[in-house]
Amino acid sequence: MNWSLVPQQFVTGLLNGGTIGLIALGIVLIYKSSEVFNFAHGHLVMFGAFLTWWFTGGGAEPGAALIDLPLWAAVIAALITSMGIGLLIERFALRPMTGQPLLAIMLMTLGLAQLFEGMTAVLFGVELKSDFPAPFSPSDVLIIPFPGAFGDAIRLKYTLVATFVVATVAASLFIWFFNSTKTGLAMRATAEDHEVARSVGIKVSRVFGLSWGIAGVIATLGGVLLATVSGVSLNLSTVALIAFPAILLGGLESLGGALLGGFAIGLVQALVQASRLIEVRNSSEIAPYLLLLVVLLIRPEGLFGQKRIERV
Amino acid sequence: MAILRPAGDFDRSYEQDMALLRRPWHYWLLGVSLLAAFTLPLWGDAYLVSTANQIAYTIIAVQGLNILTGYTGQISLSQAAFMLVGGYASALLVLHAGLPFFVALPLAALAAGAIGLFFGLASLRVKGFYLAFATLAAQFIIPWLSRHTFKDYLGGANGAIEVPLPQLGTVNFGEVSNFFYISLVVLLITTVLLFNVSRTRLGRAFVSVRDNDLAAELLGVNLFTYKLRAFFIAAMLAGLAGAIKAHSQRGVGTEFGYGLNESILYLGMLVIGGLGTNLGPFLGVAFIVLLEDLSDLLGGVLAAAFPELAGQLLTSFRPIFFGVALMLFLIYEPRGLAHRWQLLRAGWRLRPFAR
Repeated sequence: MNWSLVPQQFVTGLLNGGTIGLIALGIVLIYKSSEVFNFAHGHLVMFGAFLTWWFTGGGAEPGAALIDLPLWAAVIAALITSMGIGLLIERFALRPMTGQPLLAIMLMTLGLAQLFEGMTAVLFGVELKSDFPAPFSPSDVLIIPFPGAFGDAIRLKYTLVATFVVATVAASLFIWFFNSTKTGLAMRATAEDHEVARSVGIKVSRVFGLSWGIAGVIATLGGVLLATVSGVSLNLSTVALIAFPAILLGGLESLGGALLGGFAIGLVQALVQASRLIEVRNSSEIAPYLLLLVVLLIRPEGLFGQKRIERV
Repeated sequence: MAILRPAGDFDRSYEQDMALLRRPWHYWLLGVSLLAAFTLPLWGDAYLVSTANQIAYTIIAVQGLNILTGYTGQISLSQAAFMLVGGYASALLVLHAGLPFFVALPLAALAAGAIGLFFGLASLRVKGFYLAFATLAAQFIIPWLSRHTFKDYLGGANGAIEVPLPQLGTVNFGEVSNFFYISLVVLLITTVLLFNVSRTRLGRAFVSVRDNDLAAELLGVNLFTYKLRAFFIAAMLAGLAGAIKAHSQRGVGTEFGYGLNESILYLGMLVIGGLGTNLGPFLGVAFIVLLEDLSDLLGGVLAAAFPELAGQLLTSFRPIFFGVALMLFLIYEPRGLAHRWQLLRAGWRLRPFAR
């Protein structure tokens, strides 16, 4: 361990964790309302990032773009589009699968993932898009004095701080939405028991649609945040997959747990990079999955999940 | 396969009851298809033979997945990673231990089986999609290990090593037309074995674990050992397929496609063919490989029409076609092509009364 790097990596990891937590939130949301585990969420994240990039007029010659919006407008346009995509997915892919076994529904989301992968490649091309408009230049750095750290200071990129703030605020908003608004409570009731929810006048099919729509929005927001840090590419879907360890760590049913799990995964990924050994540093891409195996073996229900796993 | 038989059609001896080939046309069909397969290099062109070769080793991998997911009901997203293990094991045994390919092949299968057992241990604690997570972790960890550890042996960050060609006596298997026979013979062996697994104690125990694990345990099926056996068989067949793939592509490594997408592809092939049927892997793999050819054709036409977009059009239709086919099958025919085949046969037998 290179201890002088630890404070820097600790803060960086925490900041990265916000985005991971937000992405994880979208998966937990769908799981909570309809018991579908959405393996296509990573691809929704990627697709959302590509959509935003396209709305800003990315890839075209300057002035020749079909649509050329400023970043904030592009993000809003992409959020609305992805909400529509979420609704379409629920209506045409998941609703026919109601009552099918777990494996079939999981495969359905995997099929969706493949479809989105191909569509993204056909519509937007396979190469890395480096012209994603960044709100801050990479050299904008916040320097916080911190004795003992490398160079006696912690350096924070504005981009990273901004993504953290957006992710945390958005995640808190969504959690507030589920715990305090009438629609959110209806969604939680549906998650508890479809029949009971129906008997108190909640329209279950609308709740499913709504949760997929919101999940699309969350995914796109996560995609935009990932893209501002690392650019737009097909790899984003794989990057977003580390939300799965976060969910399992936090517990499948817990929205707050997903967010905390995201922080934990971000921390783990960043802290292994403070190691002196190159092998350990390289392992930052699989460290979340090693953690996942440990969680599965020791505490499969996660930190805040309900103990409902059957062991036969 | 216990399907309804017409009145008056019954077996007169135990041998008849046990027979896999029970009618004259079974023998004819088998004979003709074997003849067609074994003479394929004589009348097919190189492209056809290499496609058939690819289909053959992919079927072996999907057969393994069929045991684990189709029969035992354990979701696995790591079949491609186990193939990678088999490919590396065989290549390293041939390169560094100097073993002939035909000795290394079964050893590679055992090595992959051992790794499969290790990750299968997770299935004792968890099931359902929790298990999918454990295998997802395997699918990321194994290729990472091949890229970042033992660089001298595994090829380092590019993740590829060259694999020598198998040799048997004076026959050189460098030609794909010769190599095809290796895949074909191994496929025949695994097929005969699996036909018998599915109708003996082992296969019935697998099915009982899938259908109701609690009831299975009450009936005396030890879940611990049977789940592990399913993992072992699945990984072993993946190892076989991986070793054959590695030697026929003359290289092994993450560059040659052993990623999550391949694992999903195998699952999709299995579902489209028919989960838990012996015919399923054959139909599913053939269907998807043909579909991929079709999508490449469409991609080629479109790329010729829009040359400035050629880069993104050439290969991108494969995941679209595959995803859409998988989704349509899940909605309209979740029991797969094998079920369609059963319906067709039943309709033929019952004509002109039933459709």
